[in-house]
Amino acid sequence: MIADLPLWLSILVSAFVVLGALLTMAGCFGLVRLKSFYLRIHGPTMGTSMGGGLILLASAIYFTLTRERLVVHELVIFLFVTLTTPVTLMLLARATLFRDRVEGNEGVPKRPEKAETPASP
Amino acid sequence: MRRLLPHPILAGFLLVLWLVLQQSAGLGHILFGGVIAIAVSMAASAIIPERIVIRRPLKFIQLIFVAGLDIIRSNLAVMSVLFHPRPNPTAGFIEMDLTLKNPFALAILAVILTATPGSAWLEYDRARSTVLIHVFDLVDEEEWVATVKKRYEALLLEIFQ
Repeated sequence: MIADLPLWLSILVSAFVVLGALLTMAGCFGLVRLKSFYLRIHGPTMGTSMGGGLILLASAIYFTLTRERLVVHELVIFLFVTLTTPVTLMLLARATLFRDRVEGNEGVPKRPEKAETPASP
Repeated sequence: MRRLLPHPILAGFLLVLWLVLQQSAGLGHILFGGVIAIAVSMAASAIIPERIVIRRPLKFIQLIFVAGLDIIRSNLAVMSVLFHPRPNPTAGFIEMDLTLKNPFALAILAVILTATPGSAWLEYDRARSTVLIHVFDLVDEEEWVATVKKRYEALLLEIFQ
C-alpha cells in the first residue's frame, strides 16, 4: 500500500505517526513516573492533544491520497476526544481535591471560606 | 423561527458533523441530518435556556490558531521534562480571577487549558469567579496569569461579551 505514495509523502506520514506515538509514550511514562496525582494528570494530556492529533493527521493524509477523496473522519475523532477530556479530568481532579481537603493533606489549596462569598440567589 | 430553531449554531454544527460522519453531502443525508439537528437543538433548549450570542465569529479562527500554537509548544516543553532521567518539574496551584462570566466562554477556556499538557483546569468558583489551575512547570505565577488573560480571556471576552 505505502508503495503507491511518493517517497516524500510516505516519509511525512511516517514522521507524523512516529512523533505522535513518541509524544503519547512520553505522556504514558509520565503517568507512571511522576510523583503526585496532580502531576500525573498532565501526562495523558499529551496523548490526547498533540500525540493523538499527529497520528490522526497522518491517517487523514494517507487515506485522502490513497482513496483519492477527502477523508476527514479524523477531525471528528479529535473533536470528541478534545471535548470530553476536560470532563473526566475535572471529575478525577475534584474528587482528589475533595479527599485531600477532608484528610487535611499538605500542599493543597484550602477551600475558600464560606464567609467571604456573597450570598448566592 | 425561534421556537423551531432555539439554537441555530448548535443545529448547524450538528448538521455539519453528521455530514462529515456520513462522508457524503447527498440530499437524503442533508434531510436526515437536518431533522436530527433540529430535534437535538430543541431538546437542548431545555438545559440551555439562554441564547448563545457570538459577536465576533471571525475571532474564533484567531483563537484556534493561538491555542493550537500554545498546545504544540506546551507538548514539546512537557516532553522535554518527561524525558529527563529524574523529572522534577516545579509544579504549583494557581488561583486566578476571571473577568469572564459567560458559561460557554468558560467552557471553551477550560477545554483549551486542559488540552494544554502544561496546565489543568481544576475547579471554578462561580460565587467568587475564580478558577483553580494546576500548572506543570510553574516559573513565574504573575506572568503565567497575565499570559492566559492576554492570550485567551481577552479574545473570549471579545467573542462573547
